[in-house]
Amino acid sequence: MRAYVSVWKLRFINGMQYRAAAIAGALTQLFFGFVFIMIYMAFYSHSSGQPPMSLKEVITYVWLQQIFLSFIMLWFRDNEIFDLITSGNIAYELCRPIGVYPLWFAKLLAQRVTSAVLRSIPILIVVFFLPEPYRMAWPPDLPTLFLFVASLLLGLLVIVAVSMLIYISVFWTLSPTGSTLMISVAGEFFAGMIVPVPLMPDWLQKFTYALPFRWTVDFPFRVYSGHIPQTEALWGMIIQICWLCLLIGFGYASLRRALRQVVIQGG
Amino acid sequence: MQDTIIQLEGIGKSFKVAKRSAGLVQAAKALLVRDYNVVEALKDISFSIGKGEIVGYIGPNGAGKSTTIKVMSGILVPDEGSCQIMGYTPWTDRVTYVKNIGVVFGQRSQLWWDVPVIDSYELLKDIYKIPRQMYEDNLRMLSETLDLAEFIRTPVRQLSLGQRMRCEIAASLLHSPSLLFLDEPTIGLDAVSKLAVRQFIKTINKEQGVTVILTTHDMADIEALADRILMIGKGTLLYDGSLEQLRGRFGVQEKESLDEMIVQLYKEHQI
Amino acid sequence: MRLYFKYVSILFKSQLQYRASFWLLSFGQFLVPFTVFAGLYFMFERFGQLQGWTFFEAALCFGIIHMAFSLSECFARGFDAFSGLVRRGEFDRLLVRPRSTVLQVLGSQFEFTRVGRMLQSAIVLGWALYSLPVEWNTAKVTTLILMIVGGVFIFAGIYILMATLCFWTIQGLEIANILTDGGREMAQYPLNIYERWVKIFFTYVIPFGCVNYLPLLYILGKQDGNEWFYMLLPLAGILFLLPCLAIWHIGVRHYRSTGS
Repeated sequence: MRAYVSVWKLRFINGMQYRAAAIAGALTQLFFGFVFIMIYMAFYSHSSGQPPMSLKEVITYVWLQQIFLSFIMLWFRDNEIFDLITSGNIAYELCRPIGVYPLWFAKLLAQRVTSAVLRSIPILIVVFFLPEPYRMAWPPDLPTLFLFVASLLLGLLVIVAVSMLIYISVFWTLSPTGSTLMISVAGEFFAGMIVPVPLMPDWLQKFTYALPFRWTVDFPFRVYSGHIPQTEALWGMIIQICWLCLLIGFGYASLRRALRQVVIQGG
Repeated sequence: MQDTIIQLEGIGKSFKVAKRSAGLVQAAKALLVRDYNVVEALKDISFSIGKGEIVGYIGPNGAGKSTTIKVMSGILVPDEGSCQIMGYTPWTDRVTYVKNIGVVFGQRSQLWWDVPVIDSYELLKDIYKIPRQMYEDNLRMLSETLDLAEFIRTPVRQLSLGQRMRCEIAASLLHSPSLLFLDEPTIGLDAVSKLAVRQFIKTINKEQGVTVILTTHDMADIEALADRILMIGKGTLLYDGSLEQLRGRFGVQEKESLDEMIVQLYKEHQI
Repeated sequence: MRLYFKYVSILFKSQLQYRASFWLLSFGQFLVPFTVFAGLYFMFERFGQLQGWTFFEAALCFGIIHMAFSLSECFARGFDAFSGLVRRGEFDRLLVRPRSTVLQVLGSQFEFTRVGRMLQSAIVLGWALYSLPVEWNTAKVTTLILMIVGGVFIFAGIYILMATLCFWTIQGLEIANILTDGGREMAQYPLNIYERWVKIFFTYVIPFGCVNYLPLLYILGKQDGNEWFYMLLPLAGILFLLPCLAIWHIGVRHYRSTGS
């Protein structure tokens, strides 16, 4: 366990060096938040009937999306791992006395957390002080906040497990860019990154609910605004855990198979 | 006395280097105000080089070798001093000037990684606007002397380092420059390739009269090629003369290795 | 110009070396704006209209700006990827060659996989044009083409500005996304839905409005005022490139005096 913590710490310190990048990132995300909110406001301003999500809920959703971007982006590139796989240097990784899966998992997790710490906090503070209608709303009560944090963290683990699968797939495709781009684009759409899931047409919602992606974005964010009631949120978290076990199990098994191939081929 | 081709007079260049300091407070401050150290990379460098010479330019890492090369190849503008090369001032007449020189950076490639070498050459032909006849003659001559024929249609990424370096050198000579800068041309090469490269440099110098300036850390290169050595340390020119004179000055035997002599010389100048 | 095509052909050959990856990437590039467009479609399906704009009008807006974006990514990618070039120290190499730096940087990269993106934009554009009841004449077609060209120039100008920044720092360049990706995301909807400061910034500073929203009013017959004025507005995009090039040359001069 200590080994993973060390990997984690190293990554963290490494990431902290890029302050300017973090500031730039925060500003960029704020800007995108504004643009998206303006677009939603324009749509809502003439809407007839009752949309499935209130404007205030959508605004909260947009800000959460910008704040936790590094938690929810499916595609968070780690070139080191790619190079390891494609160049055959994976052999070095196998020499270390710790499992490859947990090692990479820790690495990818640390990367996202670092980036989130650097970028989220400034935006997080700013959005609560914005003038209306842009201001971010608080969650309705304290238990909701706890539920949100728990579901967000579970969602984070789910997304790392999904991205692990992407990395593992590189053992077979050997070319990281093409296939990964496709998976991440589709995944982000079904996570509710482009349009919040409740605003999608009904037929698409059914499809989306069957996939794991929405548990990383749509679910925690709607827990925050209270759009998903608390009891339902608890059930949802159980489903998150199920997905997590499934994805990790599958990833573990496929990585084992991939590594066996590498060993047989001799690199 | 031969015609001079390069004339440097009192070239000086200093850089501002941002101070990097540890600590969060310091780092935050650095976002607003940066402290600078001024580093004098070149101090009053003057020398002249005659047509047809092969000059070895040596000095420890960070002494100012590549800065000088950059000034002479028109990449960098110095703070002071003048430089006349073939009647041009490199940094003011960049586009017309660089048509007359060839540059090889030993650690970087000018060839396109994924396509056959010959395609890179074709592109260079257009970049330098080389007339077809001249291009073909040069290509034939270069591929004969450097033995390029067998791999000229292979993508660069599949070449060995030695083959690649031969292609690099050929690439910088396609437009018949009369002056060639070689920045560590033998770095990382095996013995066979090293000899081939050295032999080739000699050949083009003799037959085409190309003036060659090379930087290297391999004293054997210098011994095999250079008629003359320029040594630079901490931005100043420390020695200008032939290898024999240098040997004489130290009274060293042939046996004693050149490397040791150079180390001694560096020590003497405290660099 | 011939040299530029030479660059293009050599880069094309390079990319074809990795054929499978090339096709997958092109397809991925097709998918990226596709999901965004799907989002726009679903929003219209849910809300019906957007402050007086119909789905197809917005789709035209989307198609034009995405077309311009994909073309610029295709042609001016060299500037977009310039930080890598500087970091690897390859800019020195360009300086010892007897050609203009702008041309050489343009030729250093060429992203053919953006064909996927282009195809997607072309389909949206075609669909919108087919479905809109616009009476086409030479003036309107010219305006449409000018809009795309102007858009390409603006994106190219922004890439050049950002590349210039690389001469000073390679940190924090992500901010450029506000102008490129942000400009694209914003300009895919009609500009009038935004707050005043956004409108002003993207009309007078980075003239996306001049190549998209305003001439579109003319094409759709919504403009008030002189037709010619609206028609010629996309030229602002072309003018935008000039100061960018001037700044680029300042950057090159700075690089040559510091060498860093």
